[in-house]
Amino acid sequence: MSRKRWAMTVDTRTCVGCSACVIGCKTENDVPAGYSRDWIFTETTGTFPNLAMTIRSERCNHCDDAPCVRACPTGSSHYGPGGLVLVTTAKCSGCKACIAACPYGARFVDPRTRTVDKCTLCAHRLENGIPTTSCQEICPTRSIVVGDLDDPTSEVAELLAARDAYTLQPEQGTEPRLFFLK
Amino acid sequence: MPETTTTRANPLIDPSLHVWGPEVALYLFLGGLVAGVMVLVAWRRLRHPEVTMSRALALAPWSVPLLLSAGMLCLWLDLANRFNAYRFYFIFRVYSPMSWGAWILVAIYPVSVAFAWTVLPGDIAARWRRRLGSLARLGDWAQERAPSLARAQLALGVLLGIYTGILLAALAARPLWNSAVLGPLFLVSGLSSGAAFLLLLRLAAGERDTLVHTDMLLIVVEIVLIGLWFVTLASGGAGTQAAARLVFGGDYTAAFWTLVVALGLVTPLAGEWIERRHGMLPGRASAVLVLLGGLALRWIVVDAGQHAAEIARIALH
Repeated sequence: MSRKRWAMTVDTRTCVGCSACVIGCKTENDVPAGYSRDWIFTETTGTFPNLAMTIRSERCNHCDDAPCVRACPTGSSHYGPGGLVLVTTAKCSGCKACIAACPYGARFVDPRTRTVDKCTLCAHRLENGIPTTSCQEICPTRSIVVGDLDDPTSEVAELLAARDAYTLQPEQGTEPRLFFLK
Repeated sequence: MPETTTTRANPLIDPSLHVWGPEVALYLFLGGLVAGVMVLVAWRRLRHPEVTMSRALALAPWSVPLLLSAGMLCLWLDLANRFNAYRFYFIFRVYSPMSWGAWILVAIYPVSVAFAWTVLPGDIAARWRRRLGSLARLGDWAQERAPSLARAQLALGVLLGIYTGILLAALAARPLWNSAVLGPLFLVSGLSSGAAFLLLLRLAAGERDTLVHTDMLLIVVEIVLIGLWFVTLASGGAGTQAAARLVFGGDYTAAFWTLVVALGLVTPLAGEWIERRHGMLPGRASAVLVLLGGLALRWIVVDAGQHAAEIARIALH
């Protein structure tokens, strides 16, 4: 069992919304056609001509206090190594309680297995000595960084120490570990 | 007004979450109705053990396992991976309302059958006893514990009724559902549906009168709880207030106020009141309306609650 506490930062200053992360993830994780584990969110605010645009690459927030894990009646949704929120498909009944519980819309039913699927933060890579996720690997602007939140020398910890960052819907109390750098 | 776009298009999630369909609404309705029948008949048994029940009322508890099975069939049909349904019973998850529900449902079967046996009319009990042979001893065992079984039936009925609301209310991500009033509201609505279901049976005049009186009280309490539910929504954050607007000028306004409030609560309440005031034996029309109103309430709450997720997200930006 990993002693790490995996986290991800997405730099909203450099992300251009090219969707390479989405395609990279689909290829790496064999995500079914028509579905996605990560996605691009674009928000335009202000009144013309004073407009501002934010672009984010979003996915499961791997919350420290995940409502999906609490809602799951079979123990299928659980905290895996490094605190990652994972799904054991063999235990999943497809009751969709976790989908209803997730404030981020990060989960869906895989039509092939009829069980719930979501971002694993490439646990199969991180836990086997490959220190990057596929979305991070493919990102042309190096906006995505994964690392150990508890290691002050990790790039993630250093970025969070040096830059202002925010999480999504912090009022839900889920304590997300997906941080967006301002 | 910010403009947002997303590349995500996962079916059932986008453009607005819709993971639970009519099967879940129907199950919540049947669960509430069953809870109502359990509580009302057990209460009657505990309060007036000396009064003989009419044949219809004495047989009514057998509807509990039957209707519950129909409800559980609905739940099973809603599962995406039905072959893994047995997984619910390999574990108990204390923070998962659905896990609580799964275990409450199986606890109800033995208790409700044993309770139903204890109130069975004498001639039918004698006939079954002959057919059951040595198994009839189980019936004797139940008969000796009749008051305890009635209390267990009452407690499980209350748990089931509240649970149908908590299942939705525990989801903080869905602002329309995330209200502490939803549990009591669904319990009272379930009790009212149970009373209406019993009123469709061929009961004795005294029983009908008591039930109608009880139902009127329950409807009044339900109207108050719906009011309180709106107060909790209106006093919430921007997302919660946006969710409330679904039934105040939004997509679900017409359905909610006509089907649930006007036809499901106010009309049957007025009908029952007029019947009692004029000393008439209450008819079945009000009961049918209460049942349809109970179903409409669940359907609209389940559907609108999922729609509200998207509305709230937009409102928060």
